[in-house]
Amino acid sequence: MFKKDISAGSKSKVKSSAQRGIRSKVVDQYPLLEPYMDEIMPKKEQLDLVKLPDRVALYTLSSTPLFFQHMDDPLLPHLSLIHRYPSCFPRLRIDRGAIRFVLSGATLMAPGLTSAGGRLPNDPQDGDGEFGMEELEPGTVVVIEAEGKENACMVGVLKMGTAEMKKVKKGQACEAGHYLGDGLWGLDLR
Amino acid sequence: MAEYPKQVTYCGVCTLPPEYCEFGGTVKKCEEWLKDNHPDMHAKLYSQEAIEQNLSTLSLEAQKRAEKDSQKKAAKAATAEAKAQEQRATSKVIIKRIERNKRKYVTAVQGLEAFGLDIKKVAKDFGKKFATGSSVTKVPGGGEEITVQGDLSDDILEYVVDQYKDIPEDNVECIEDKKKKAAG
Repeated sequence: MFKKDISAGSKSKVKSSAQRGIRSKVVDQYPLLEPYMDEIMPKKEQLDLVKLPDRVALYTLSSTPLFFQHMDDPLLPHLSLIHRYPSCFPRLRIDRGAIRFVLSGATLMAPGLTSAGGRLPNDPQDGDGEFGMEELEPGTVVVIEAEGKENACMVGVLKMGTAEMKKVKKGQACEAGHYLGDGLWGLDLR
Repeated sequence: MAEYPKQVTYCGVCTLPPEYCEFGGTVKKCEEWLKDNHPDMHAKLYSQEAIEQNLSTLSLEAQKRAEKDSQKKAAKAATAEAKAQEQRATSKVIIKRIERNKRKYVTAVQGLEAFGLDIKKVAKDFGKKFATGSSVTKVPGGGEEITVQGDLSDDILEYVVDQYKDIPEDNVECIEDKKKKAAG
C-alpha cells in the first residue's frame, strides 16, 4: 500500500464521539490491547486524523502514529505501535529467507510461513504455544515477525486461512499492508 | 510476559530497528552508527557468532542470491546518495526581485526543492516570518516557485542561509529582474 514515499495530507482533529468509536473498534478487533488502551489512547487526549493518499486515514496521537485505515477496512496498527505492544496481536513468523522480500514490499507467500523457520498458529514446532493455538481465518489482521528477530517487520491482512496454508503450502498468504521501511514508516508527522 | 510499553531502539541511519539494518542497503553506516550509539547492541548483533548463525539457516543457493540482492541494493543506495549530494552541490537557490507595479515588488524564490525541502511548508514559513502573503506558484516552464509579496530579497537571503544549514551560502543567488517595463 505504501511502496512509494508518501506525503501527509491535511490533518484534522477527531471528534470526541468518533474517538470513542475508534476506541471501541480497536478493543473489539484487538481484545488483548484492552489493558493498555489508556496508555495508547488516553481518554482525555486529542487524536488527530491525517489524510494519506489513496483514501487512507491515519490516526495519530500528537506525532505518534497509532492506526491506519483504508476506507472502511479494519483498522491496522502502525508498526511502531506493534513494536511497543508486540504480543497483543495475532502473530505469524516467517523464515529468514523471506525477510528481504517482505522488506521490499512483496506479498507474503505461504512457503515463507510453512517452512522450518516460519511459524503458524498451532504449529508442532512451536513448543510453548507462543503463536497461539487457534487457526486464523482469511481477512484477519496479522503481525508478521521474522525468524531470529525480536521485532515485527510487517502487518497485513491474511488472504488465506492458516489451516489452508498448512495444507496447500503455496500461493499468496498475506497482503502487505505496512512493512518496515515503507512510505508510511518513513512518514514525517510534524 | 514482558513489560509494556516496550522500548524499541531505532537505527539513526535507516530508521529500522537495528536488527533489520542488514536488509536496508546502508549496512556499513548503520553498523558504525550502532557502534557509536549503542555499543552493547552492536556487540550482540554484529558478533561473529550471530553472523554465522544467520548464515547457517539458509541454503547455500539462497545465501548467494540474498548476497547478490543485498549488494545490488547497497549499490543502488550508494548511487542514489551520491546523486543527491551532487545535486545538492550544483543546484542553486535563486531569489529574484520582480517589479510588479512601479514601486511594488514581489520576490520569487526558486530551487529550494533540490535541497529536500517541502516548498509548501517553506512558503508558509516565509509568510509567517515576514508577515506577508507567500504562496507556491507554478512557473510556466514547469516546476514551482515561492512568491513572496514585497521586496524581501535581502531578508530572504539572510533567512534562508540562517535557517537551512543544508544550503551552502554560495549556492544562494540574488538577482534583480532586469526586464523592467517601459516607464509609464
